[in-house]
Parts: sequence; structure tokens; C-alpha cells
Amino acid sequence: MRGLRVRLWQLGLLLGFLAWWEWASRTGRIDPFFFSKPSDIALRIARWFGTGEIYPHLYITTLEMLLAFFFGTLLGVALGLWLALAPSVAAVLDPYIKALNAIPRVVLAPIFTLWFGLGVLSKVALGVTLVFFVAFFNTYQGVKEVSPVVLQNARLLGARRSHLLRHVYLPSAASWIFSSLRTSIGFAVIGAVVGEYLGSAAGLGYVIAQAEGVFDTTGVFAGMVVLMAFVLALDALVGRVERRLLAWRPRAEGGEG
Amino acid sequence: MSFLEFRGVSVAFGRYVAVEGVGLRLAPGEFVSLVGPTGCGKSTLLNVAAGLLTPSEGEVWLEGRPLKGLNPVAGYLFQQDAILPWKTALDNVALPLVFRGQPWREAREKALVWLEKVGLGRFPHHYPHQLSGGMRKRVGLAQVLIANPRLLLMDEPFAALDVQTRQLMENELLRLWQEDRKTVLFVTHDLEEAIALADRVVVMSAGPRSRPIGDFPIPLPRPRDVAEIRLTPEFLRLHREIWDLLRGEVMRAHAGA
Ligand SMILES: Nc1ncnc2c1ncn2[C@@H]1O[C@H](COP(=O)(O)OP(=O)(O)O)[C@@H](O)[C@H]1O
Ligand SMILES: [Mg+2]
Repeated sequence: MRGLRVRLWQLGLLLGFLAWWEWASRTGRIDPFFFSKPSDIALRIARWFGTGEIYPHLYITTLEMLLAFFFGTLLGVALGLWLALAPSVAAVLDPYIKALNAIPRVVLAPIFTLWFGLGVLSKVALGVTLVFFVAFFNTYQGVKEVSPVVLQNARLLGARRSHLLRHVYLPSAASWIFSSLRTSIGFAVIGAVVGEYLGSAAGLGYVIAQAEGVFDTTGVFAGMVVLMAFVLALDALVGRVERRLLAWRPRAEGGEG
Repeated sequence: MSFLEFRGVSVAFGRYVAVEGVGLRLAPGEFVSLVGPTGCGKSTLLNVAAGLLTPSEGEVWLEGRPLKGLNPVAGYLFQQDAILPWKTALDNVALPLVFRGQPWREAREKALVWLEKVGLGRFPHHYPHQLSGGMRKRVGLAQVLIANPRLLLMDEPFAALDVQTRQLMENELLRLWQEDRKTVLFVTHDLEEAIALADRVVVMSAGPRSRPIGDFPIPLPRPRDVAEIRLTPEFLRLHREIWDLLRGEVMRAHAGA
């Protein structure tokens, strides 16, 4: 089976990399102070979960990113639909959207902290500014790409505006929206973690910042690994929903396993 | 009184005048074939009749009134695939009824009957990409007919099919038409198909500024079998007569291109 072979290679690559890292660190080829080593990182993660000290932070980060993901997507899809279906409004708003999107989001973090405090809200706001534009542009594009013939056909068959939205525009834009969801998850995490990193009292970004403060590279790497696992899990979840909702599409070549 | 009438219809795309001063009448229940060289404006005329395109000059009259907006009694089988790729064959056919406010359950029951009528009773849950081109055309036909339009506009519906499938579909169309005698405007570039199906064949001149230049009644007996009728002397005589006119236009279109 080809799928199995690919999996074995993937696993081998990971183990090889970890083994090399461990070996290089133990034999002093790389400085453990700067690079830590996999066994330490694994132990640290095990301790975090063992004592349960990581859970409150994990909870806060999860909450922030889910909220940012949800509201950013909701706003993005809604505005994307609206502007795509109302070209005159889109023409008016176009420069403003471009201008807003041109702001590097990181500089917003201190302002959001001022406005919304050190808690969850400021991180959600930061995440929303990132997620929103991804969802917005993809939805807009997706709606614009609806086949004109399919659209005319539906209209002649008696579809009213709400029907078109439900049966034509949204399903047609769905593949764009889903691909945007997967990018959005990453952005939601960035919003949450960067926000925490720059000023907060809880969350994985805070944990990483604390560890960095005392030159605890093991803590930094452990935080990164937990984040990574978390994003992968969410991505897989979205992938599942996507496969269900987009069952109508011809199977793409390759794919997962 | 004619059911559908083009009165001095001209359509220009920018400075290119596709059709000019088109006058054409369809009696209630009449099956009219429209033939002409590629690019002479056949699809354009169908779009005008469907109300998808407003003529630059002239009007379309429907049952004694000028047509405004979408044609409410027209069913339009487009040249390209126009069914929704994200709905199954059954749901595609059920959709026009859902647009008219019927519940899905009821609509699907009726849709299944129509799928059987076009010979697809065994494929209700297939998505369009899982069906062949001919099967997709049949789904389109069922989708158009389930709404029971009084006017049927068909744009080279069988052009992409192989000869056998094509004759099958032509006979099926004649059988369905025989049931309730809708008014049909059937566009094709295949003269044999035009004659075999229609009560009247209208020949368009080569573009630009195309218009009807010949109008031939087809007094062949019904019901017809499209494969057999092609062999009758009367058919051959009609074919020769119309081809004499059409050939010149095809040559002109060729030279102009
Ligand atoms: N939307 C359009 N914009 C510009 N030109 C068009 C458009 N639609 C059709 N045409 C032109 O009008 C002429 C007639 O087109 P069409 O009705 O599609 O021809 P047919 O269906 O007979 O092949 C062609 O020369 C085509 O290039
Ligand atoms: Mg055409």
C-alpha cells in the first residue's frame, strides 16, 4: 500500500530528527541551553499535564482562539456575501477594506490591551482582525466565481434571493470558505498567542513568555509543541466537516491517506 | 394569436450587432427549430426569449403582451451544464418545486417520477460529476420539465452526445412533447436534427446583423421516429431544399471568421 509507505516515511523522518536532536544535544554538538532536547521537552509536557498546571492556560488560549475563529469567520462570511452581492457597496468600501487589511496586526495588540484590558477580550479582538479578512476575501471570491449559467438557470427555475443564497451562492463558495477556515485556525492561534505574549496573565503565550523570561528553552519548546498539537487537532476536525459537506465534489487526487 | 413573438429584435454587444430586426412568431404548441451557422446569434435569441437579455431594439411579446424581466412561463435548457454540481440528481430535479414552496419530501417524490421518465430512475443519489454528459443533460431536462413550463427553450441540448444517445434523447423529447404539446424553440446547428423534430425550421443568416432568412414548414407525419424518418424521401427533399439556403450562410460565416 502506498499510503502506508508514506506514513512510515513520515514517522521515520520525525523519529530520525528527534533522535538526531537528542544525540546532538547530549554530546554537546548543539548547546542544550539554547536548543534543549526532546526528552526534556517530553518530560516537561508530561509534568504539565500530570500536575494539571497547564490546563488553565490551555483553557484560556482555547477560549480565545475559538471565539476569535467563530466571530472572525461569522463577520467575514457575512460581509463577504453582502459585498459580493451588492457591487455598489463593494465599490465604495473597497479602499477602506484594503487599508484596514494593510495594518500589521501586531501593532494593534497594545491598543486592544488598552481598550479591552489584559483579559480574554483583547486577544479575541486581535484574532478577529486576522481571521476576519481571510474569511472575508475567500467568501467574496467564492461568491464571485459562481457559474453565471448555473445562476441564470436557478433564477429561471424560480429561485428567489434567499433560495439563491442557500442553494447556489453558499454551496458554491463553500470550498473557498473551507479552505479559508483552515488558514483561519492558524490566524486565530496567532491572535491569541501573540496577544498573550505581549501582555496577559494566562494562556500558552503567557507560559512561553514566562519561560523565555528565565531562559527556559525547554518550556518554550514544550509550549510550542502543545500549541502545534492543538492546531493539528482542530484542523483535522475542520477537514472532517469539510469532507462531509463537500461530498459532491469529484475526489481530488492524492489527499490524506 | 401567436404565443411568442419577436418584434424587430436587435441585440448589440458593444459595437458588434449580433442580430438585427428579427421577426419570428411561434404559435401555441408549435415546435420550431432554429438553425444557422455558429456565432449567428441563436443563443442570443434564446436569452432574449428567456428574459435574461434585454434587446437593444424591439421587443419580445408573450401571449399578446410585451415581456418584461424574466420570462415566467419559460423553461430553458442551456447549451452548457447548468444543474447544480452540489446537489444529487434527485435534489436537482426537486429544486424547482422547492422554489415554489413545496416541502422537500413531496418535491422529491415527484422528482423521482421525472427521473424515471428520462430514464434515470436508478441514479437518484448520484452527483452530477458521477454521471455522463448525456445523463446530466437528462437531469437538466427533467429539472426544466418538472416545473411544467408552457414554453421550452432548448440550446443545442444534444450537441455533445454520441449519435446513439442523441437519437435516444431526441425520441424521448418528442415523446414527452407529444404528451402536452408545449411551445418549443429548439436551437441546433444540425439540420437533420432540426427537421426530424420540428413543425417548422427557421434558418438564420451568418452574423453580424443576423436575422431569419428562411422559414420552412415540415409536414412530416407524427409520431415520428427520428432515426427512421431520416430515410424517407420527403425528409431528404426537405433537407436538400433547406441545405441549399443554409450552405451559403455557413460558407459566408466561414469566410468571415
Ligand atoms: N456577452 C457577449 N458579449 C460580446 N459578444 C457576444 C456576447 N454573447 C455573444 N456574443 C457574440 O454574438 C454573436 C452571437 O453569439 P451566439 O448567440 O452565442 O451565437 P450562436 O449561439 O448562434 O453560436 C457571436 O459573434 C458572439 O461572439
Ligand atoms: Mg450558441
